[in-house]
Amino acid sequence: MSDGADVIVIGAGIVGAACAHELARRGQRVLVLDAGLRAATAAGMGHLIVLDDNPAELALSQYSVQRWRDWSRDMPDDCAYRQNGTLWLAANAEEMAVAEAKYQVLREHGLDCELLGAGALRDAEPELRDGLHGGLRVTGDGILYAPNAARWLLDHPLIEQRRARVIEIDGSRVRLEDGGWLGAQAVILAGGTHVTELCPELPIEPKKGHLLITDRYPGRISHTLVELGYVTSAHNASGPSTAANIQPRPTGQLFIGASRQFGSSDPAVEPWMLAKMLQRAVDYMPGLARLNGIRAWTGFRAAGPDGLPLLGEHPQRPGLWLAVGHEGLGVTTAPGSADLLVAQLLGETAPLAPEPYLPQRFPGVRAHA
Amino acid sequence: MKVDILIIGAGPAGMAAALAAAPSGARIAVLDDNPAAGGQIWRDGPQAHLPPLARDYRQRLEAQANIEHLPATRVVALAGPKALLVEDPEQGRVIEYDRLILCTGARELLLPFPGWTLPGVTGAGGLQALIKGGMPVAGERIVIAGSGPLLLASAATARDNGATVLNIAEQAPWSKVAGFAAQLPRWPHKLLQSFGLFHPGYRANSHVFEALGEGRLEAVRLNIGGQLREVACERLACGFGLIPNLQLGQALGCHIDNGAIAVDAWQATSLADHYAAGESTGFGGSEKALVEGAIAGHAAVGERNAAQRLWPQRQRWHGFATALNAAFALRDEVKHLARPDTLICRCEDVPLAAVADHQGWSQAKMASRCGMGACQGRICGGAAQALFGWQPPVPRPPFSPARIDTLLQLGADAHSQA
Amino acid sequence: MPELTLDGRPLLVAPGTTVAAALLLGGDGTSRTSVSGQRRAPVCGMGICQECRVTIDGQRRLACQTLCRDGMRVESRP
Repeated sequence: MSDGADVIVIGAGIVGAACAHELARRGQRVLVLDAGLRAATAAGMGHLIVLDDNPAELALSQYSVQRWRDWSRDMPDDCAYRQNGTLWLAANAEEMAVAEAKYQVLREHGLDCELLGAGALRDAEPELRDGLHGGLRVTGDGILYAPNAARWLLDHPLIEQRRARVIEIDGSRVRLEDGGWLGAQAVILAGGTHVTELCPELPIEPKKGHLLITDRYPGRISHTLVELGYVTSAHNASGPSTAANIQPRPTGQLFIGASRQFGSSDPAVEPWMLAKMLQRAVDYMPGLARLNGIRAWTGFRAAGPDGLPLLGEHPQRPGLWLAVGHEGLGVTTAPGSADLLVAQLLGETAPLAPEPYLPQRFPGVRAHA
Repeated sequence: MKVDILIIGAGPAGMAAALAAAPSGARIAVLDDNPAAGGQIWRDGPQAHLPPLARDYRQRLEAQANIEHLPATRVVALAGPKALLVEDPEQGRVIEYDRLILCTGARELLLPFPGWTLPGVTGAGGLQALIKGGMPVAGERIVIAGSGPLLLASAATARDNGATVLNIAEQAPWSKVAGFAAQLPRWPHKLLQSFGLFHPGYRANSHVFEALGEGRLEAVRLNIGGQLREVACERLACGFGLIPNLQLGQALGCHIDNGAIAVDAWQATSLADHYAAGESTGFGGSEKALVEGAIAGHAAVGERNAAQRLWPQRQRWHGFATALNAAFALRDEVKHLARPDTLICRCEDVPLAAVADHQGWSQAKMASRCGMGACQGRICGGAAQALFGWQPPVPRPPFSPARIDTLLQLGADAHSQA
Repeated sequence: MPELTLDGRPLLVAPGTTVAAALLLGGDGTSRTSVSGQRRAPVCGMGICQECRVTIDGQRRLACQTLCRDGMRVESRP
């Protein structure tokens, strides 16, 4: 079938898988090429979260979290989907004000959420430390195990997967490591941090993150706990930063993040950064200190300059379509990204306004010759 | 804490290394995750009977003012150049060192077979260790299976503590076992080991087929020279030889060769100021460990003459190791005992069927959770290497489950950011 | 002779006894319930396999590498 594929997708991570899935659902024959390189889908937390740093981010994440909820009815158990909700934690009055503003925005967009005072927060999550000001519960957020979700999305008779490394893209043709060319009506590039090897003009940088998972301690927390400092500092910082992010896995394990570092491509776990990240989590949940961590690892987010993905046809390379630059939100926004891209590719009406995500918003991409 | 020489492992190699280095006056620390010094072979406990040599080493270790023994302490992470994060039951802390001697020993190769997860099934060395620690076995019927001299040692410990050893099933063919026994007079101290060969239940060319029981072990089905035989018993101890513990050496960046930490004539690894001795440089028993440890200890304090004088002794025990490893090489049959529904990963309860179709360890792990549990693939990874030839990846911190409190220490010192 | 509590019941053991041995001295020898609900017991006896993880005074530790102490609280079940 490979010679007759309608679309070639580069990258079998969650974004590439979602694109392939949406194409196949519409009757397109899809060839998915994956080089088996380190990928964010395998490394990440699988947190499905609505973020509202700007209207475009909110639109894409809200739409996508809803799509995951729809998909979850058909997903197998090993995708480990749970709608456990996110609990944003406010450590002080300033962060509580952020929570209140966030509450207003989310409510205006029809999202189910609830402000919690200090007492209600303690009742909701007794393991949190004393003295927090309150929190914001976003009910529709969830979690899943992204590697298996990607595998499930790719399990379609019209999708063929091949382990192959693409070394060159020429519009809707790709050259493989063995020198041979493959062609289709379109090529979708969903290669995460690796896309700049093929398209150096793309403004994508790897942003390193550390993660740690504990042994099984069921029932300690129920929501994914995220500090609002995540919004007020870490998310916007350019230097290394950490923010408490504690997720209860269906296994009873606790998944602890998050750290952000630019300028490193070394996948080694950095002891000082691991400690800094864990300290932040322990600050919010002191009981963590007595639990056993069993594994730590790192991953790289494919980060663009404005925090939004690039979704659309490459302005200078007709036939090449981009689904890149999802940073930490690739798992969350994979369904929306796929719907947006596929709608453009097939000339359908997109479910969201595509303009904020178009690649041509970056002069470097526009000017590429 | 800062020491001149840090020794990881207080078994024969580690003790010998510490004692060889001690006369230099260097400040030495020996750490071990067990509650007492002695390693596996000289493990102490209420039901252990330490040989005089072991007592002698322990007493000398305790008598040396410049040797500090840190029991119940394990290495959790690298904490910067020449610094390790360690954890004991009370605290985590960073130990800085000038020279390091890796005496991390070996662990048992446990291969999966139907029923191996039933309570009552242990490793062969595992049974011995548990008995020494006070586990009662008096009156129990025990079957021992797997490969190597450890089966005999385990049988002896079980018998000394009142158990009845019904069978010892050795997978190696009789010709190889007999050939090995015939060579034993070349290493007279090892003669004692041959006694077990005369156990009436000893069978070569035999292996476990499956363990049976509801909720705990009730019987074992053995393949004895091609014939299946069911044996009712309370306990099965099964181990397929030893595999060197390489994790720390690998994490430090020491060159690994042929499944062991590579060392030169001074027991020096490929990394400057880092030495290795004993089973982690290749399985060969306690005498090899003692002499290698002593060479490493001497070399680490610059006593090259003293080290060199021990080379002939080491040569002799390397000869023993070669004979041993050739005699008890694993037969293919014992690598295919698991059935599709047999659990490969005991931490995450992943069956063989969920693992076997993948192309390598990382892929299998990602898809099936095999190796994602608390043992970090030390059991299932060793099995997967034997079964499928998959290479385990370089370990990441924490090297063993560790309290998050301990990991916070990685941020406490400025040197950890270097 | 250290006296500990194993799953709520008092147990007197010889000095130097490991918690792994105490599991059999004072119970059925099992240490934990596996992910799929099977009871498990210590296997390797030397701190590798993690099958003997129990809760000792509120912390998860290895029974095979821990000596019984007076007043210790050991839990083998959640």
